Amino acid sequence: MADLFDLDLLFVTGKGGVGKTTVAAALAEVAARRGQSVLVCEMDAKGALATAFEVGELSFETTEVAPNLFAMSMSTEDSLREYLRLYVKIPLIGRLGVLASTFDFVADAAPGVKEILAVGKLCWEVKERHYDLVIVDAEATGHVVSQIGAPRVIADLVQVGVVREQTQWMLDILQDPARTGVVVTTTPEEMPVIESVELLQRLTAETGTHPAAVVANRVLPAMFDREEQQVALQVHDAVPVLVDAVGPGAAAVVEAASIIEARRSMGVEHLDRLRTAVSQLGPAISAGERAHPVSIITVPELFARVHGKRMVSLVADGLEEELF
Amino acid sequence: MAPKRKPNKLSGTPDEQPSLDPLLASREMILVAGSGGVGKTTVAASLGLAAVQRQSGRVLVLTVDPARRLATALGLKAFGNAPHPIPNDVLEAAGLEPRGELHVAMLDTKAGWDELIRRHAPDAATREAVLANPLYENITSRFVHSHDYLAMEQLHDLHASGEYDLVIVDTPPSRNALAILDAPSRMAEFFGSRLLRWLTAPYRSRLFTFASKPFYQVADRILGSRFLQDVADFFVLFQKMEAGFVKRANEVEALLVDPRTAFVVVSTLEAAPAHEARFLAESLHERKMIVGAMVANRVLPSRLASTAAIEAANDLAERTGRDGDGMIAAAVAAATGNEHDTVDRVLHQMATRFDDLAMAAEHEVDRQTELAALAATTVVVPWLSGDIHDVRGLGRLACHLRGVADQADSS
Repeated sequence: MADLFDLDLLFVTGKGGVGKTTVAAALAEVAARRGQSVLVCEMDAKGALATAFEVGELSFETTEVAPNLFAMSMSTEDSLREYLRLYVKIPLIGRLGVLASTFDFVADAAPGVKEILAVGKLCWEVKERHYDLVIVDAEATGHVVSQIGAPRVIADLVQVGVVREQTQWMLDILQDPARTGVVVTTTPEEMPVIESVELLQRLTAETGTHPAAVVANRVLPAMFDREEQQVALQVHDAVPVLVDAVGPGAAAVVEAASIIEARRSMGVEHLDRLRTAVSQLGPAISAGERAHPVSIITVPELFARVHGKRMVSLVADGLEEELF
Repeated sequence: MAPKRKPNKLSGTPDEQPSLDPLLASREMILVAGSGGVGKTTVAASLGLAAVQRQSGRVLVLTVDPARRLATALGLKAFGNAPHPIPNDVLEAAGLEPRGELHVAMLDTKAGWDELIRRHAPDAATREAVLANPLYENITSRFVHSHDYLAMEQLHDLHASGEYDLVIVDTPPSRNALAILDAPSRMAEFFGSRLLRWLTAPYRSRLFTFASKPFYQVADRILGSRFLQDVADFFVLFQKMEAGFVKRANEVEALLVDPRTAFVVVSTLEAAPAHEARFLAESLHERKMIVGAMVANRVLPSRLASTAAIEAANDLAERTGRDGDGMIAAAVAAATGNEHDTVDRVLHQMATRFDDLAMAAEHEVDRQTELAALAATTVVVPWLSGDIHDVRGLGRLACHLRGVADQADSS
């Protein structure tokens, strides 16, 4: 299980709204707690990662948000600048401002160019071993395949040029299940589970990158055992008795319990479907490879009681408990 | 599962319920927007049901990516992506009384692009060359938010066809909810851009004009001139369609600010979606687009946050469990014929776990107030047990959207 933290590069994805950024931040915190030096990078510049760590804006330059834990926000323009400095060795860094924005436009139109600049930067951090672990708060499930698969697309479409020459070493990192893995985050709800399953089924075929784990976030802990469940249902009929004892608010207390139970049992159904799909995934991806079966890590619902750093820490506690 | 509804003085909800009926009656286009996972698609489909129950006429719901079971319920898989009617007996079987005709369609980006190319290509040769270009699919699926643009295009088309009295569009999930609004102008901008001019300039003159500029040396070196040439070939073809595309993009943009168009912003009352909904509504206002209504979806009953409920839970927690007096458990055990200790455990658990939900409900009350300030009408849809994946479920949701929910619950 602890294998996850032996990898070099983790892409954390999931349907929008499932807590992908929180999980990425929490995974980074777990790694840092265990003494690893970690880089965590937000790809979409929305600022969610900065909010999670309660720091001001993050930039391409890393910020040490906790001991051994560095955070950054991806910028294609800065990545291009760094890339040119490192590989092309053309001394026009000073004038690149205007050029970069034009390049941005080329990159917008030419498939995979933007993505490879972003993914390339992260692969480079891995290659140079600047950190023990690089965690990416990646694109949502719908777009992550084109993000991770960019080097492959470029390798197919671009026949010559520096970009082309750069794809092979990236692919070596991205396609090695001992180095790179995708963490698919979901909540126990219908659409997030469906999208997660679809992603798991196509990820390796389309990108060559392997899934490393599934995180089921915001899972409601069971309230009752089977016997208690039966009794709980009958308590509904005894609401008047409770109202006599503790006042008119008793009805809401019983209603709340039934809402939690209904939500939980719905979630259980979706998680069962996820579990089945994940178990059927095994053979397809591990054919002769070092790939290990994908495990499902459960993180409990926190009921929006906390935000920011505190939330990240609590999710990290949950992950640690499950993993170690 | 819901206990009997009682008039609730604690939450202070007013008697008359807000309704989306006036909006559905007065607009020709409704765009349903909001962050991912808030139930946009379901709300869009239910708005369609609400409209055909309220009024006669033809209503089309254009969805993007419905959950499979919902798609099946609406016959989307069986009929393909093209608009098709939902037979009235399907609606009647679910206990609805339609007065109008409901049609549904699904957005298909690839087919949408092919259609655009067919329409705007000046001649058959250009059309075939574009469709056969190896970069065509790759480029169209990536650049200038093509999903968003396609949704806007199809909306325009369907509206312009004059076949429908009301078109309801479930907007695609986008990384930034605003991308969809900017998509048409970006498309127009793209055609006017320096980049496109450069890419499509004849190769030799490109070398002559630009070879001295370091950027193009860099671009050539990084991307390889062959690849750039491939891209350029595509855009040379593409540029022939400029006039049609730009005209279209401008029309689509005008449609978005047309008074016949309104947005319905959907959100749950959790922190992140509510924050995004607020941002979205404010941005719509800035762009002079109309926020017709706000739908607060999957809302917890506000009575959970009432003082009486919190007091009751505290009392119950104290008087059950290890340190409790056992009296309440005894009374409930007697009333339900269950074993005392089990009842006690159940009650204690209910009381202690209540806090979680009560706190969530409290946050929701605050966020609801915030969101309500951003639109003339705010409809609150309570958390309905179970995901919605049949017409009956959509019908229930439609009742809430129309503000006639109590009728639905009792029937």
